[in-house]
Amino acid sequence: MTASTPILPGTPAVQRHDSHWASAGYVPPWLPPIAVAGALLILVPLISMATRVEWANFGALVTSPSSLAALALSLRTSLAATALCILLGVPMAMVLARVDFPLKSLARTLVLVPLVLPPVVGGLALLYAFGRRGLLGGVMNLLGIDIAFSTTAVVLAQTFVALPFMVLTLESALRSRGARYEGVAATLGARRGYAFRHVTLPLMWPALVAGTVLCFARALGEFGATLTFAGSLEGVTRTVPLEIYLQREVDPDAAVALSLLLIVIALVIVGLAYRRPGSRRAQ
Amino acid sequence: MVLNAKHAIALVVLALGPLTACTAASDAPQNQTVTVFAAASLTDTFTELGKDFEAANPGIKVVFSFAGSADLATQIVEGAPADVFASANEAQMDVVSAESLTAAAPMTFATNILTIIVPSDNPANISSFEDLASADVATVVCAPQVPCGAATVTLEDKFGFDIPAVSEENSVTDVLGKVSSGQSDAGVVYVTDVPRSTDITAIPIEGAEAAINTYPIASLRSSQAADAASAFVDYVTGAEGAEVLTAAGFGTP
Repeated sequence: MTASTPILPGTPAVQRHDSHWASAGYVPPWLPPIAVAGALLILVPLISMATRVEWANFGALVTSPSSLAALALSLRTSLAATALCILLGVPMAMVLARVDFPLKSLARTLVLVPLVLPPVVGGLALLYAFGRRGLLGGVMNLLGIDIAFSTTAVVLAQTFVALPFMVLTLESALRSRGARYEGVAATLGARRGYAFRHVTLPLMWPALVAGTVLCFARALGEFGATLTFAGSLEGVTRTVPLEIYLQREVDPDAAVALSLLLIVIALVIVGLAYRRPGSRRAQ
Repeated sequence: MVLNAKHAIALVVLALGPLTACTAASDAPQNQTVTVFAAASLTDTFTELGKDFEAANPGIKVVFSFAGSADLATQIVEGAPADVFASANEAQMDVVSAESLTAAAPMTFATNILTIIVPSDNPANISSFEDLASADVATVVCAPQVPCGAATVTLEDKFGFDIPAVSEENSVTDVLGKVSSGQSDAGVVYVTDVPRSTDITAIPIEGAEAAINTYPIASLRSSQAADAASAFVDYVTGAEGAEVLTAAGFGTP
């Protein structure tokens, strides 16, 4: 995780515009032990889970047809949801950070709602909005759109729960950074569009990567909203978390094996995203 | 003096009264808490039974943890402090008894059968189980891995067709949600689930008895309140339990 990218507003933002990690600041000596305790809180359950996996059957468990169908579906839907998060989240973050409009703080709070809402309730809300008898159901019916129990519904649910991560990450980065660099670019004669493409976007890059990774991870792990809104059918709406939940009813070993695979996939993708930190940043 | 002596005797009697009462009651389990892990579908009936049981057995407190039977079985196997386990199917009770965690042989205390549910206005005009064979009907069922889904498969086999379900849910609650919201045209749930929603209508399945789901209950070996736990099991499997369960739509063995 890029330390200079506060994820939540209110997190003290350390002002760094490039990667001077070598000159990282002072850390009080009592702090690392607490950090280790925090890391253990995450690591110990993961390691405990790994000890329960029947490694002899691991391959067979995760390559069963139902597991593979779930994996393929999860990757497709999570990538689509992440793309939607970028498409919708970047403009939302820019507007929140740089445009003044009435009730802005209310808007900023509303963006947080999907984070606070229990995902199952989020799924119900989506059902009440886009369901056959939902608020928009009539209009969608007229247009011949029926997303009930479809893969589209899965993507919609994942986007709903993941979007706040993109907006919050980007917006706090933009706000803490201000518009000084664009100002400098303007004094050097850059047009606004040019400055946006060549100054603003590159400055946003680390936060954009962080937001994208968070969105993808959240979409990959999405469970409650999908179950409530989209249903659960192999190859159509049953993503890996839903498959894990179902497998656990009959075969907890398969559920644990599949969970581990999900974690590995997430780690690989996060690792790839952060492979060369700073390489695409502003010169 | 006489008056004083009488007073003294009266005081002694008054003071000893509660003591003797305590001595008499200490034969029965007292000031014990029975923790009951019960399947989510038993929430209403067991809450009621727990109150009745507490009223009939002063000094015993019954607390419940309601969740899916598979969740509860996992928790018990991992050492959760439960005194009684009431499962919605035999498979999950078997998980617990396979680890030798039950104190006595599990007893069947209730049965349940399936029914069709449709949104109140019945948009697809469903009138029988055979109507669910049509691909034009958006039917939601439980997945075969969970008890209600296994029962549904049994019925499909008996009727000789597969329901082209648009979704195979993890629990009856999820099926109920999809039907009561009108998202699907029909669903298959237990008869005891019908009162849980006012937005649905039940359409009985002729021949539903072909797939009977049984609910076993057992007290657990690790219990710190073994007497109270077996007393609660007796209560549920006895006449009082049968009365409450029957009123809720369950069958009793």
